[in-house]
Amino acid sequence: MSNPQQLRYSKEHEWLSSAEDGVSTVGITEHAANALGDVVYVQLPEVGDTVTAGETCGELESTKSVSDLYSPVTGEVVAANQDVVDDPSLVNSAPFEDGWLFKVKVTDEPGDLLSADEYTDFAS
Amino acid sequence: MSNAPRLTSLDALHRALGATMTDFAGWDMPLRYGSERDEHNAVRTRAGLFDLSHMGEITVTGPEAMKALNYALVGNIATIGLGRARYTMICQEDGGIVDDLIVYRLGESEYMVVANAGNAQIVLDAITERAAGFDAEVRDDRDAYALIAVQGPESPGILKSVTDADLDGLKYYAGLPGTVAGVPALIARTGYTGEDGFELFVAPEHAEGLWRALTEAGQDAGLVPCGLSCRDTLRLEAGMPLYGHELTTALTPFDAGLGRVVKFEKDGDFVGREALAAAAEKAEATPPRKLVGLIAEGRRVPRAGFSVVAGGEVVGEVTSGAPSPTLGKPIAIAYVDAAHAAPGTEGVGIDIRGTHEAYEVVALPFYKRQK
Repeated sequence: MSNPQQLRYSKEHEWLSSAEDGVSTVGITEHAANALGDVVYVQLPEVGDTVTAGETCGELESTKSVSDLYSPVTGEVVAANQDVVDDPSLVNSAPFEDGWLFKVKVTDEPGDLLSADEYTDFAS
Repeated sequence: MSNAPRLTSLDALHRALGATMTDFAGWDMPLRYGSERDEHNAVRTRAGLFDLSHMGEITVTGPEAMKALNYALVGNIATIGLGRARYTMICQEDGGIVDDLIVYRLGESEYMVVANAGNAQIVLDAITERAAGFDAEVRDDRDAYALIAVQGPESPGILKSVTDADLDGLKYYAGLPGTVAGVPALIARTGYTGEDGFELFVAPEHAEGLWRALTEAGQDAGLVPCGLSCRDTLRLEAGMPLYGHELTTALTPFDAGLGRVVKFEKDGDFVGREALAAAAEKAEATPPRKLVGLIAEGRRVPRAGFSVVAGGEVVGEVTSGAPSPTLGKPIAIAYVDAAHAAPGTEGVGIDIRGTHEAYEVVALPFYKRQK
């Protein structure tokens, strides 16, 4: 499994795309998706919600367990991926692409986000 | 004794297959190899291969083997025909369930008791103690067997291609000694998936060869290796109880809706008889909570220990819950107060982390295969 170089990563196993017009996309990593097993239910923050870096903003449920979704950054949610809500298996099949979770207009980000290589070491 | 989990004789193979492993009852077991949903669906539609070597085998032999088991267990062992198997339970003196078991009659006076991994030592100790007054020998055969299961509609065809044993003559809940893929095996038509299937008890040194032979034999039919995660959702859909969830020492078989396994009419005394007779009477007069099925209207998944609610009151407790691949919805088994346990009862829900989610009350099982 390889973690895309252009993304940055949180220690809670979320990824964050680089901002376009101040908006970044958030998802969970393939490592996290594999650890969860088949994701069967996704609860995402709603458009307009304010999310805070390191705080829970939703949940991901798999066959065996439920996990909190943490936001890697602070900001306002501008989109939530309805496709993933309708078909949570996208999180397993394409965690870095169609399985993205939400887009956020970033107002603040913590200084401890990891590079792809740092995250690969962290998750191994 | 070391606390490191025990490894089955197929451990290296599981790792080579990339299995996600989990500690289960002191054993390091495959949880899943890929997607547990795909493994589940393979068993429902094609076939799955399971390593169940953690299960605990106990052999009872001798002139009074039958009498000893009749005293130790709640079932009527005298009526198990040669080559047949029986689902039964072992209870405490107070009627509490120690474990649920399958007893195979292997010979005229030879029985194999298969206990759950987590209870195997307790069951072995209890049977040994209870058999003390009988002319019978109780043997710990946990290390004598590996156990491989082939389950699913394609399993008879797959197994036929690697054995000359008469599988067509082998009924559900029967077992016979035979040769599979060149190794001696006890072939049992039993399982825990709600599908047709077989459980193969073999010497541990033969397990890897047998696994490989079955994998090859099943390739065209779509057989896949399956972990404990899908085993749990398969048995849950089939409404089969799991010890530690639906069955505990705090419950009698009557509490679990399984009073039929207790055979009062059998010859001689048995451990728990008096308490179980009282439990049977109570279940008849004032039915306690009943074991029911619940099907979600939403998508959030109930888990063991969650409260069943109605009208803002707690009316029961979930014992097992999971997303059901076959139904496409979350399902649960729960003990529910009799007043709310009838199928179709309105207004029943489950408290999922503070939110009351609506659930439909149904009779078990959720899934029954077409025969």
